[in-house]
Amino acid sequence: MHRTKVKIVEEALDANNTIARANRADFDRAGVRVVNFMSAPGAGKTSLLERVVADLPGVRVGVLEGDVQGSMDADRLASLHVPVTQLNTAPSFGGECHLDANMVRSALGELPLDDIDLLVIENVGNLVCPAEFRVGEDARVMVSAITEGEEKPAKYPLMFRACELVLINKVDLLPHLDFDLDKFLYHLDAVHPGVERIMVSAKTGEGIDEWRAWLTRVGAPVEAPV
Amino acid sequence: MHELSLSSAIVNTVVKHAQDRPVTVVNLRVGALRQVIPDTLDFYFGIVAKGTVCEEARLDQELIPARLHCGGCEREWEIDLPVFICPDCGVAGRVEVASGSEFEVESIELEEAACTAPR
Repeated sequence: MHRTKVKIVEEALDANNTIARANRADFDRAGVRVVNFMSAPGAGKTSLLERVVADLPGVRVGVLEGDVQGSMDADRLASLHVPVTQLNTAPSFGGECHLDANMVRSALGELPLDDIDLLVIENVGNLVCPAEFRVGEDARVMVSAITEGEEKPAKYPLMFRACELVLINKVDLLPHLDFDLDKFLYHLDAVHPGVERIMVSAKTGEGIDEWRAWLTRVGAPVEAPV
Repeated sequence: MHELSLSSAIVNTVVKHAQDRPVTVVNLRVGALRQVIPDTLDFYFGIVAKGTVCEEARLDQELIPARLHCGGCEREWEIDLPVFICPDCGVAGRVEVASGSEFEVESIELEEAACTAPR
């Protein structure tokens, strides 16, 4: 036996990124824009979708609902009469704490791509792993609820940098908490300077029009080339 | 917690290149911005490697410091805390990551039977 050193120099996540690009190409061919929607558990992803998905002017929305198990969130969204596809990571994928490109690929056949303009992929609730795995999306949105504390951007910079929009949720609770909004924004701008952000409350509706407008802009059907 | 998924990604990458030869060392370059805890990665790597060519492999992690570059003033500096603002230009700076985002398998070392014929 003798020892050999083999030079590789390959990003360990290249395999995922390759599949993500294939997903993206399939979505592009179908004319579907895709948003990867991420947050910690309980930040309000599903509530913020419930507020807008049935009511995006000129945009037909579908949701791919990622959960470790169960279909509670999917059921809530399906009651709004938008097509919802459930993707559970427990049975086939070892209960993974995030969606990756391959899991989304496995669900492609079940997605009504011909009938939608925008697919929102609601990721598994987790502030770490989803930030690492592209799934073939056009844009990434994360929710940070003020109940999580103002230091979260500094603690989870990977996630706060891996998004184009931050929804700061549960702002109706500002008068009742010690949450220091200025400190949160200071941390946010240190980690991801200038990232777009909207203050929202899924409960009172504050900021929801702006969130709806943002999603409508991203999901607007692409004009066919003349 | 992402160390488990990252370990699987490492093992899959190595398996692809090892061509069934047993691996003794995996040399990994890990950027500081990846928020990887070395001991945790090592722990999960040992579990995920079981039953693969990596089963006996040692994981050598080279930590790459996070360095930023400002396109406004051409300054380059190292950071410990996640603050992506140029100390000179402030919010007007155009800050890019120069290094620290790496998560790559740099090389593997493996045992192989003495070569009998040139390939």
